[in-house]
Amino acid sequence: MAAHASDHPAPAILAEVKPAVIRRAELVEHHRDFKWITDKICGIVEGTTPAWWWWCFSVAAFVASFTVAGLIYLVSTGVGVWGHSNPVNWAWDIVNFVFWIGIGHAGTLISAILCLLRQKWRTSINRAAEAMTIFAVVCAAIFPVFHVGRIWFATWPGYLFPAPNANGIWQNFRSPLEWDVFAVSTYGTVSVLFWYVGLIPDLGTLRDRFTAAGKLWRARIYGFFSMGWRGSNRHWSNYEMAYLILAGISTPLVLSVHTIVSFDFAVSLLPGWHTTIFPPYFVAGAIFSGFGMVLTLMLPLRAIFRLEDLITQYHIDCMCKITLATGTIVGYAYGMEFFIAWYGANPYEGFAFINRAFGHYSWAYWIMITCNVITPQFFWSKWVRENTALVWILSIFVNVGMWFERFVIIVTSLARDFLPSSWGYYSPSIVEVFTFFGTFGVFGVLFLLFIRFVPIMPMSEVKAVIPAADPHGHGPETHPMRTESVPNR
Amino acid sequence: MKKTYGLIAAFDSTPALYHACEQVRDAGFKQWDALTPFPVHGLDAAMGIKRSKVPRISICGGIAGFTTGMTFIWWANSFEYPLVVGGKPYFSPMFAFPVSYELTILFTAFATIIGMFVVNGLPMHYHPVQKAPQFVRALDDRFFIVIEANDPKFNATETRALLARIGGQDIAELEE
Repeated sequence: MAAHASDHPAPAILAEVKPAVIRRAELVEHHRDFKWITDKICGIVEGTTPAWWWWCFSVAAFVASFTVAGLIYLVSTGVGVWGHSNPVNWAWDIVNFVFWIGIGHAGTLISAILCLLRQKWRTSINRAAEAMTIFAVVCAAIFPVFHVGRIWFATWPGYLFPAPNANGIWQNFRSPLEWDVFAVSTYGTVSVLFWYVGLIPDLGTLRDRFTAAGKLWRARIYGFFSMGWRGSNRHWSNYEMAYLILAGISTPLVLSVHTIVSFDFAVSLLPGWHTTIFPPYFVAGAIFSGFGMVLTLMLPLRAIFRLEDLITQYHIDCMCKITLATGTIVGYAYGMEFFIAWYGANPYEGFAFINRAFGHYSWAYWIMITCNVITPQFFWSKWVRENTALVWILSIFVNVGMWFERFVIIVTSLARDFLPSSWGYYSPSIVEVFTFFGTFGVFGVLFLLFIRFVPIMPMSEVKAVIPAADPHGHGPETHPMRTESVPNR
Repeated sequence: MKKTYGLIAAFDSTPALYHACEQVRDAGFKQWDALTPFPVHGLDAAMGIKRSKVPRISICGGIAGFTTGMTFIWWANSFEYPLVVGGKPYFSPMFAFPVSYELTILFTAFATIIGMFVVNGLPMHYHPVQKAPQFVRALDDRFFIVIEANDPKFNATETRALLARIGGQDIAELEE
């Protein structure tokens, strides 16, 4: 291992140029210690179930029943119960799929990309954001699995997973749809594995606390999943390496997932889909929507469990700024798509974009523009970022806007393609609406179970970023400047 | 009579543990460990632990995943049932790449996690240190050094004296 950065003396030049002192934001406020962090996070799991939890769980379970009912009706009757038909053969199913899978991307960005970039503020929101990723992938997976109608054909003969059909013919691996199966199933699996590895030390903490409290059954269950973790530094050494590798492979994974999702469209020839901007534009949009959802979830959690010392204003600022940056990239992409449609001089492409903005679906287009381009711009203002209720409302607009983005891209291009004779107008059936509405309940049920039974923050990671964790005593308390800057004497 | 597993000593702060580990390392012990509630930065060097071997297992997983993807797609679309789509070649690494790329990541993830467990000797649901009453704080807010009795340099009185000298508190004997 490399020596600690503070083992090296500061370069002599710094004494001459006297760089300005920039204090680092405190990641855990009010000088909370290790014990406080353990008690705070474990206390949520160990305490009795609050009444609000049961209320929320009942509502979420009721909403989820809409998805269950919608899917039972779909499977028992046939895919005709959904509203799509020629020419719009792809509609809400893939809109909802892309919407949910995109939401997951912020969780992986926080857990993997920010880990590689050493953004220590990620620690306190990491666990919940990864849980969000997994549950969003679950909601997303419902749509491709059920859109085949007879779901038992999803695996054998595989409409989705590779298996030969009745004639012994295998899947066409030139198709982005087949790539998508591998991308999304890998993404879901690796997200679960990454999340679980992060959980192991915290499950060990809960095991020991339940054992000490005499609750042996709970101790056994948490103990089973903790794999007998005992905090050995010889284990931590391999654990940290494994965690780093998982972060290292999750980064290209998350970028590839939405790239391949965008290939579903970009590889086709349809005006409005057949563009090279799609992969980066989809990835930026996914992270934008995901951070919208992270804010939507974390701000209420912070208020309910009084986590202000762990999710500080600095964390909210960081999340808002990423939302602003990615939202602006998305806005730029909207502009660039329009520009290229004109500059490319393809009449079909030009028409597709004029039609998006001013055609039958212009209402959806302008909802998208308002929510995705205008909403994030509020985050330039410090006053807005410090107004938690306002940030939460804006995050809802981001979620709505990103759903409409997928709707606009998918439906407008299909409804108005090359031949006017094959034009159409798509409206969802009530079964589709119910099925999609219910996925918020599915997500809510899973997320509520998560906050009830799993430590919502990675305690071992949060402890490692407080000043007392520094083995050289270089915390901000004893040493106002970190090693990167030098005292301004 | 119960066999002694080793000696455990507690430390209250990260710097105290860090400097104590340096001294145990310099005293020449090999069969010993530090228990911490979170990974302490630079403690591997202070303990004299070598770089982890997990990446070697990961790279094997990655190579296996990529090879599986390429081979399977060649086999399925070009050998088992040659599939003509738009006059394109039966097999090309270009179109096989996305799936192989995902399988590389998938197999690397499994190899990394399984490798981490195997190298660490986990799951191990029983370990002598977990029997110690003070262990409840090992994953909470306290730091421990455990020196095992089967270390060639171990000597019940001298090792206890060493742990006391380097600042260890509540020094206790662990039973096997």
